[in-house]
Formats: sequence, structure tokens, C-alpha cells
Amino acid sequence: MSEFFAMGGYAFYVWTAYGLTFVLMLLGIIKPLLTNKQILRSLILKRKREKTS
Amino acid sequence: MFMRFIYKFSSPPYFYAISGKMLPWLSALFLVLLGYGLYGGLVTAPADYQQGDSFRIIYVHVPAAWMSMFIYVVMAISGGIGLVWRIKLAEIVSISSASVGASFTFLALVTGSLWGKPMWGTWWVWDARLTSELLLLFLYLGVIGLYSGIEDKRTASRAVAILALVGVVNIPIIHYSVEWWNTLHQGATVTKLDKPSIHIDMLIPLLFMAGAFKVYYLVALLFRSRNELFE
Repeated sequence: MSEFFAMGGYAFYVWTAYGLTFVLMLLGIIKPLLTNKQILRSLILKRKREKTS
Repeated sequence: MFMRFIYKFSSPPYFYAISGKMLPWLSALFLVLLGYGLYGGLVTAPADYQQGDSFRIIYVHVPAAWMSMFIYVVMAISGGIGLVWRIKLAEIVSISSASVGASFTFLALVTGSLWGKPMWGTWWVWDARLTSELLLLFLYLGVIGLYSGIEDKRTASRAVAILALVGVVNIPIIHYSVEWWNTLHQGATVTKLDKPSIHIDMLIPLLFMAGAFKVYYLVALLFRSRNELFE
């Protein structure tokens, strides 16, 4: 197991590469998801405002 | 018949509904391909006789680089379709691709540096491959910047489509850079008209990762496009 994490001495390079990839790809999904929620929320609020006027 | 499909599909409500149904399946497919690819790349594939375990960076570096180029071509083509036929969904697909493509280009460059430092002894070199990939990143950032800088979204889409189309000449330059110039970056191993010059045990996880990244692109694209439709 520790051999796996050591990556033959190249641990820093390999895990930084995979880590960065993982983080950026995750953010690339989370960000549009959050934007979508925000858009839907603002549309609901807009509908509410139009109903009461 | 085909045109009817195009008309139906390019209608925003239809696209929104269909993409909503597809997303859970695509996400599951992405995770399966990623799982196979990561297990193959990090565990099963044998270490390289020269590079040791550092070669495993290939399993994120190469798929990211392939995606950086593929997404740019998709961005340029859909931009062109939007420019010529004035289809809003084409414009949306084009601009939604930009940040995904930029991320992959950035990743290709950074993972490449992380691989280059232990293997070549340098984080960077101004050879044709690296320089043209960096240029690709600038093109992506230019597209994103230009789009956000123009108030009217329809005009912005047209400007960005022209920029994307002009820049598409960089794609064959990137691909053939290792042939046309004397580069530190190695030559083509897989994307050439010949047998791949990599062992099959190392190649299979690479293809799985490439597939995973493609599905990821589709998922990210659909998420972003669905948001852009509301503009």
C-alpha cells in the first residue's frame, strides 16, 4: 500500500497531477450545478413577484 | 427526416428535457469508465522500465490533451453552425465548451510540467508542442474573455465563433508539431496511421480514461448549456 502512495519515488509529481485533475474536473461539475440552482431559485422568486403584482 | 430531428433537438425546451434525462446515465457511465481507467492505470499497468511509476501521469496528461483539442474543434464547428444558420443552441454549445476546454488545456500543460520535471529535468521548454498547446490555452481564454466583454449575447456569440474558427488552424499544428519540428516532447504513440507504439497493458487504461474524459465533457457541456438557455 505504501508502495502505491510512494509511486516509485515520484509521489509528489504523480499525486499532484492526479489531484489537480480531480479537483478541476469536480469544480467543473459543481459550479454549473450551483448556477443552475441559483437560476431556478431566482425564476421562482420572479414568478412570485409577478403573481402578487 | 433528419432536419426534423435537428429542428426538434435545437428547441430549447426539448433539449432541456432530453439532457435532463440523459445526465444520470452519462454520469454513471463516466464513473464506470473512470474507475476502470484509474484502476488499470494506477494499479494494473506495469511500471515503465525507464520512467518507473512517473509514467502514470500519462493517464491524466494524454486524455486531458486529447480533450483540449477535441473540445476546441467542437467549439469551432458549433460556433460556425451558429454563425451560418443562426441556431441558438449551436451558439450555446460553443460557449459552454470554452471553459471545459480551457480547463483541460491547463491540465494538459500542468500535468505535462509535472511529468517533465522528473523526466526531462525541466518544468518547461519552448518547443513546438508545448508552445502551441499554450497558444491553445490563450485562444480559449480569448474566447471566454471576448464573450463576457460583449453585452449582447447574440453578437458575442458571432465574435467568438470567428475567433474560434480562426484559431482552429492551431489544432493540426499542435498534432503535427512533433513531426514538423525538432521537439523535446516525444512523437505520436497512439494517434498515427500505424500500430500504437505502446504496450497493450498500458494502452487499455489510457483508452478507458480517454473515454471517461469524453463522457465527462458531455456531462459538463450539458450542465452548462442548460444554464445558458435561461439567458
